[in-house]
Amino acid sequence: MTTQPPKVLVTKIGLDGHDRGSRVVASALRDAGMEVVYTPPWQDIAAVVKLAMEEDVDVIGVSSLATDHLIVPKLMQALRAAGLQDIAVIVGGIVPDADEAKLLEAGVAKVFHPGSSLADIAAEVGRLTRARRALNVT
Amino acid sequence: MNKPVDAGTLAAQETADERWQREFAASARSDKPTRNRSGVEVKPLYTPQDWSGDYAAELGYPGQAPYTRGIYASMHRGRTWSQRQLIGLGTPADYNARLLEMIAQGTTAVSLIPCNSVFRGYDMDEVHAELLGTCGVVANTVEHMEECLAGVDLARTSCAMNDPSPFTLFALMLATAKRRGVDWRTISGTSNQSDYLSHYVANHMFFRIALPGARRVLSDHIEFCNRHVPNWNPMSVVGQHMQQAGATPAEAMAFTLSSAIQYAEDCRARGMQVDAFLPRFTFFFDISLSLFEEIAKFRAGRRIWARITRERFGARDPRSWRFKFHGQTSGVDLTRQQPLNNIARVTIQAMAGIFGGLQSLHTDAYDEALSCPTEFGARIAVNTQNILREEAHLTDVIDPLGGSYYVESLTDEMEQKILDVMAQVESAGGMYAAVEQGLVQKMIGASARGFQEQVESGEQTVVGVNAYQVEEGAGERQALPTPDPAKMQSHIAAFKAYKGARSQAAVQAAQGRLAAAAGDPQQNLFERVVEAAEAGCTHGEICATLRRELGFGQPLVMV
Repeated sequence: MTTQPPKVLVTKIGLDGHDRGSRVVASALRDAGMEVVYTPPWQDIAAVVKLAMEEDVDVIGVSSLATDHLIVPKLMQALRAAGLQDIAVIVGGIVPDADEAKLLEAGVAKVFHPGSSLADIAAEVGRLTRARRALNVT
Repeated sequence: MNKPVDAGTLAAQETADERWQREFAASARSDKPTRNRSGVEVKPLYTPQDWSGDYAAELGYPGQAPYTRGIYASMHRGRTWSQRQLIGLGTPADYNARLLEMIAQGTTAVSLIPCNSVFRGYDMDEVHAELLGTCGVVANTVEHMEECLAGVDLARTSCAMNDPSPFTLFALMLATAKRRGVDWRTISGTSNQSDYLSHYVANHMFFRIALPGARRVLSDHIEFCNRHVPNWNPMSVVGQHMQQAGATPAEAMAFTLSSAIQYAEDCRARGMQVDAFLPRFTFFFDISLSLFEEIAKFRAGRRIWARITRERFGARDPRSWRFKFHGQTSGVDLTRQQPLNNIARVTIQAMAGIFGGLQSLHTDAYDEALSCPTEFGARIAVNTQNILREEAHLTDVIDPLGGSYYVESLTDEMEQKILDVMAQVESAGGMYAAVEQGLVQKMIGASARGFQEQVESGEQTVVGVNAYQVEEGAGERQALPTPDPAKMQSHIAAFKAYKGARSQAAVQAAQGRLAAAAGDPQQNLFERVVEAAEAGCTHGEICATLRRELGFGQPLVMV
């Protein structure tokens, strides 16, 4: 069986539209050989869950600049409710320290802050994909 | 005394220039070409051979076309720059308390940053409550605007509203002024970032109506202000978003000037006289850490605009030729790592803007890469301006770098880069068409990626990120100020009560007139927005009507 490349949804939920981060990360993951599903900003949580299910992604990357990370716990809840708890969620952007702890507690796999390298992000997506697939093999 | 040591008789025949070249080559760190962020190759030394321009035609005096040395005769020797720090958080009462505090500390100009929900065209009861007031003030009605501006003399205070099309906040402010009996003709300020194209291609914050509708509302807004609020600047053309999104300084200046041409053409097509609207055009730019490049960018931009307004538009009034701009230090250049280093970065960026001849400045707080700024961070940002203005002798001489072989040569080279990008946009059919085609978005995306790769490869040093890293605790990082949830809950409850208590007939009628005007190009749509605000319609209701009539503005995003 050939290994499929990781499939990752790169998105922004909530109200903010600053998308430099999500665009740069999406293009870097694509260049790293991954399959990237990209959405414009302003997505509803329900739309993200639906897209993740339809596209069967391994990882969801949520980019946040202006406090939209505060509704990521709602996304985690919605994913669980849809039975998609095996999809790993990464948050990237401006996340204050105190909020990072809350996000990890809500089930977020990893928070990338400004200054993170594209190579590290790609490596993490790869690692989380392998973990998910190992889980789903049985 | 030291005598220069030569390599014998051969050296005696060298010119000073040749000798310098030889000695430079022997000791230079690298022979790789050095390029600035815009891709201009920068030489190690500039001499009189590098600039032989015509002083009168290309530089001239401050306050005289082509304004390379500044748009006013006295520049910072007359008025320095306006200190226009952005503020906005929480409820209208929170905002007003902070505003009055800043006015007491010497701030002379109001700036109002609304909550992201307002930016996106929604009322507070239409969005996730967690997000309310975290990045700006939650103001949806004329009552909220009255409370925001309580104690502010609207006839004497310049107000800048970060207010996307259809300019509802400004409409709410006009309604407030009318209630207070303030003559609209005395009101001054700016519809910050009314440039919908910059939002469509870059940060997508202010963009909420499909492109053709946004285009019409802006022209109507400019025309309305020309007639009724003549001291208001309805047009703020923005390079800041595009540079923050990744455009190089030259690209950002080029796109901004191309947008300004587009907006001026649109006004002209509506039959407005150029000298009626061009004096009310203002510009807003990002200032990166690339000090000399930014200075050259601003000097070149002024010169190009002076030529465009006279040669392309035939403007006769010198006020139409002047390139007035607000600068904001670049947040993208700030780092989360060792955040106090950002104070040094902001200082350098602010200096670039000051030497570049800006009229108004916002300095970022050092903690903006961590969260919305704390009050502590905001105070340092204000004092950075105070130090630069009053301690550092930066304002003693007008355009102090004018005549520098390097800066003049770089100004010319940046001008050429800018004109090249503008020609690309022009051949795509102008800025509106170039944006519709995705040309601008693609260029910005490619430049953003290119810069990130330079950081990753170490070609571009970022202290604390790819060099000079240290282990950090969380101690240096302050907590994010958050709005009080209880106050926000009662704000929402009061808002719902307000909606129930107002005259539903007046609201319905105003909404009906607004919808009808959207379908009738002969009417001024913004005039109907103002009427709706006066009739008690909420911000979200006005936006919803226009979204329905003019289409929702989903941006074309290119990856």
